[in-house]
Amino acid sequence: MNLEQTFRAAIESRDPQKLCDAIPYAKFLGLRLDLDDDGLICRLPQSDEIIGNPTLPAIHGGIIGALLEATALVHLIWEGEGAIMPKTINMSIDFLRSAGAKDTLARGTITRQGRRVANVRVEAWQDQRDKPVAAAHGHFLIG
Amino acid sequence: MTSTEYGIDLDAILQFTAAIPAMRALGAEVVSLKRGEGCLKLEWRADLVGDPETGGLHGGVVTTLLDTASGMAAFSALKAVMQIATLDLRIDYLKPARPEVPLFADATCYKITRNIAFVRARAYQADDDQIAASLSTFMLASSQMPGPGAKVSS
Repeated sequence: MNLEQTFRAAIESRDPQKLCDAIPYAKFLGLRLDLDDDGLICRLPQSDEIIGNPTLPAIHGGIIGALLEATALVHLIWEGEGAIMPKTINMSIDFLRSAGAKDTLARGTITRQGRRVANVRVEAWQDQRDKPVAAAHGHFLIG
Repeated sequence: MTSTEYGIDLDAILQFTAAIPAMRALGAEVVSLKRGEGCLKLEWRADLVGDPETGGLHGGVVTTLLDTASGMAAFSALKAVMQIATLDLRIDYLKPARPEVPLFADATCYKITRNIAFVRARAYQADDDQIAASLSTFMLASSQMPGPGAKVSS
């Protein structure tokens, strides 16, 4: 099965986790994808390997960036019609709070979708949805 | 400038960077560190790939390398021992990374004020083969966070 077929199978079976399983680095991070009332939600499980500052401790900012980007990508694959892997053009990430050594959640929203470019916003949080640890917006080539 | 004009010993920054768990998990290593400039290297690995059809590294891996190199550059430019926190990171992906080739990240702290360090960085696989560019800002002494050169009370 090629990547497009894998994506289509995931979408048709309403099993978003299959998207992550097809992306090696998403598997490396152990990302968990679920569907809830608001749509796709992505969980980055806490592990020692994602820590940036062991004394605090805090998750590495780059890993939070990776979670935000991966969330935007799977969101676009899930919502898109082409079942293709989007290409990230750029990402702008605001680090709002230190992310502690615990699970982090993230959710994306498509703010604009053109024929070739999609604009996506993503927020990541830990215990409280209204206290995000990071927020990002990015542009993605989708065609 | 003499080293006494700077806050944090370069060796302390090297040790701190080498001990970052997320860096160790990626297998990243420091290539060089000067005042205001840091370079990191990452060997390609199959489990760090973002697109299995091209074999290119995931953007998040590139981001992690750029963020760490940028933090190193900012720390090394500080005039006193203090902590920093990343305010924001903006990254442009210029082209996909090629598989099975190491990735480098060079960062330069090009301006430092009383409150903010401004850093630009580039990720590349060869000198003329730039993959990504980033700009980031760091808040200085944002809190009592532990970092390189921090005094540890016993």
